[in-house]
Amino acid sequence: MKLLSTAATGLALLFLQTPAFAQLAGEPFIHDPSTITESGGKYYTFGTGRDGLVSEDGWTWRAGGNRPGGGVAPDIIKIGERYYVAYAVGGGGMSGGHASDVKIMWTKSLDPASPDFGYHEVGTIASSNGMENADAIDPAFLLVDGRLWLSYGTYFGAIRVVELDPKTGARMPGNQPVDVAIDMEATALLYRDGWYYLLGTHGTCCDGPNSTYNIRVGRSRSPLGPYVDNMGIPLLKGGGKSVVNARGRDIGPGHFGLIDLGDGVEKFSMHYETDMNRGRSVLGIRPLLWKDGWPVAGDNLRAGTYEIESERSGYALQLATDFVRIDFDARRSFFAKPGDPITPVPDQTLAQDAAGWPAGKIAVDMGDYMVRPHQLWSIAPVVEAGGVMGTPYYKIIIAGTNRALAATANGEVEAVPAFTGAAEQLWRIDQLTDGTYRIMPKAVPGGTEPMALVAMGGTTPTLARFDPASPAGRWTFKLP
Amino acid sequence: MTSLKAMSPALLALTLTCGSATLMMPSAKAAAAPDSGLAPYFVPAAKGPMAPDKDGFIRRWLLLEPITKPNRTNSGFTGTYVRQALTAPYFKGQFTRVPRAGETVTVAGTPLAWHALETTGFDVKLFNFAQSLGKTKYGVIFYAATVIDSPREMQNVRLAVGSNSASMWWVNGEETAGLFNDRRMVMDDVVSRRITLKKGRNIIWGAVINGPGLSDFCVRFIDESGKAVTDLAVSAL
Repeated sequence: MKLLSTAATGLALLFLQTPAFAQLAGEPFIHDPSTITESGGKYYTFGTGRDGLVSEDGWTWRAGGNRPGGGVAPDIIKIGERYYVAYAVGGGGMSGGHASDVKIMWTKSLDPASPDFGYHEVGTIASSNGMENADAIDPAFLLVDGRLWLSYGTYFGAIRVVELDPKTGARMPGNQPVDVAIDMEATALLYRDGWYYLLGTHGTCCDGPNSTYNIRVGRSRSPLGPYVDNMGIPLLKGGGKSVVNARGRDIGPGHFGLIDLGDGVEKFSMHYETDMNRGRSVLGIRPLLWKDGWPVAGDNLRAGTYEIESERSGYALQLATDFVRIDFDARRSFFAKPGDPITPVPDQTLAQDAAGWPAGKIAVDMGDYMVRPHQLWSIAPVVEAGGVMGTPYYKIIIAGTNRALAATANGEVEAVPAFTGAAEQLWRIDQLTDGTYRIMPKAVPGGTEPMALVAMGGTTPTLARFDPASPAGRWTFKLP
Repeated sequence: MTSLKAMSPALLALTLTCGSATLMMPSAKAAAAPDSGLAPYFVPAAKGPMAPDKDGFIRRWLLLEPITKPNRTNSGFTGTYVRQALTAPYFKGQFTRVPRAGETVTVAGTPLAWHALETTGFDVKLFNFAQSLGKTKYGVIFYAATVIDSPREMQNVRLAVGSNSASMWWVNGEETAGLFNDRRMVMDDVVSRRITLKKGRNIIWGAVINGPGLSDFCVRFIDESGKAVTDLAVSAL
């Protein structure tokens, strides 16, 4: 029992000490966040209640924005010059039951300081009467090929989809709601490669670390269904493939919102019912991966020591230093008899490998991965450096040293003797939709264009514009 | 957001303090729940045998009007609690005798009637059953029973159940499936071990417990490959 107790204590300490690789900075406190939307160079999301959160970089969030109308769980979509905001008043089991109205309003800016800021009511576009098995809350927009769809509903009956007029936000004349799922709430709609995806939240809400909220998905060739999961179970019979559930200190993800950053980088927003480090419901942002035609949550890179391997060549990013042999008698190995003594081969130490390294800057290239110290990179978020949409800036240093990967003024990479926190030593690491990663310096000295680490040759890294169609800019982080 | 289903008592209290939530309190009167009739989710059970639907779902059941069992949240539906709550003796003949339609039992001094119904969908919408009868909808236990005629002995079939919220199921007197903790109704959510249906009459009992939110269940048998068993007949009830 003592061993078990010690192990449990160690596990608890491990969780408490887990770096905030997935937890946004600032005060990202929100419940039921709307799709994150850019306006005037800032990012906004609104939750249940009046106001929301604002961020200038997508990593550090603070209270901000203004959304009149009250009610619960809004969503936002920008069409032309207008930001349409859908929100629900009533329902959700509150204020006497499940009678609710989904309302729409629009503004030309989400920034209250902008002269274009000012909401205009469109009116009620969907309702539940409190008697039917439906609860008209939790609206979510989807615009595909000029047609505007809106899903809404909760566990109380069916999730429904209606069509709106993208020119006005009003309900299309004669349109009738279609039931598309049950046992979901906080839905979202996506479209990709001819498939419509309905994402929704299963599980228990609103009980902090005990909330079992998790996000699931089904897909259909039509926005009106039928949606089925990966087992063919209709969402109208409770189906749903898992997209994201609790992880680390983040419990109860719900209320999906797509963030398409382009270049093969997709992320999604949600709330965690509880960030156990802060004890409150918070905004979360994770990479979105696509596997076999299904969306699934990815991960920001966790702090650790890795091989950085090129998807182009399979070679490892490394210091361009002289190869140091591990002392080994090949003849003895080949001609040893079965009963001869077993002699383990020790790892090459950093001191052995680094003995001939120059003191100053060292060039970086790629080579056969041999688990050698000049190929092992310790990567960790730099808390004080902030981040960008859902991911912190990282430092990338040779394990056991302070020698840091850095961008150079002529668009190459090198290893500088010491990490200083300079912008060219900070790296943005975004997981791509296929699960590999894009690595970009925060800044290239003297440069203005965003650049990425690219395998220009099989063993030659450089900085170049990222091409999402090429494996040259894709990297995997592998444990040693 | 977020129906208030399974909201913690503390949060409920907070919400009430804020002056909004009233519905989920089991003792609270529903906002608007007059007897709306059994339609569109039920029709009275017809005479004669009834096949499962094309997906194997059993859609004819005897349903007992709900027993009041206040639970303001479903988070307490542990296996221990649910087993205790659903196997406690409430009425004469519980689990031992197939009830008759229209028969009344008395639970804690309250007469409750059995109703023989067929569902219009694959699931049995207990919430609407209670609502249509003007009965308590939240903080309840529902009992259900049905009789299946099998044309032959069927080995290695499984009872597949989804329920909202927790539930327990018995086939021919043997506990066959348990769905514990807060549950949404998902078809085939819990599948029993391999069982044998006898040739002829097989009796199924089920009990569903729920606090706030909708209550319903769906039941079918599946074979070893997971395919629906449809060559059964649900007896007249």
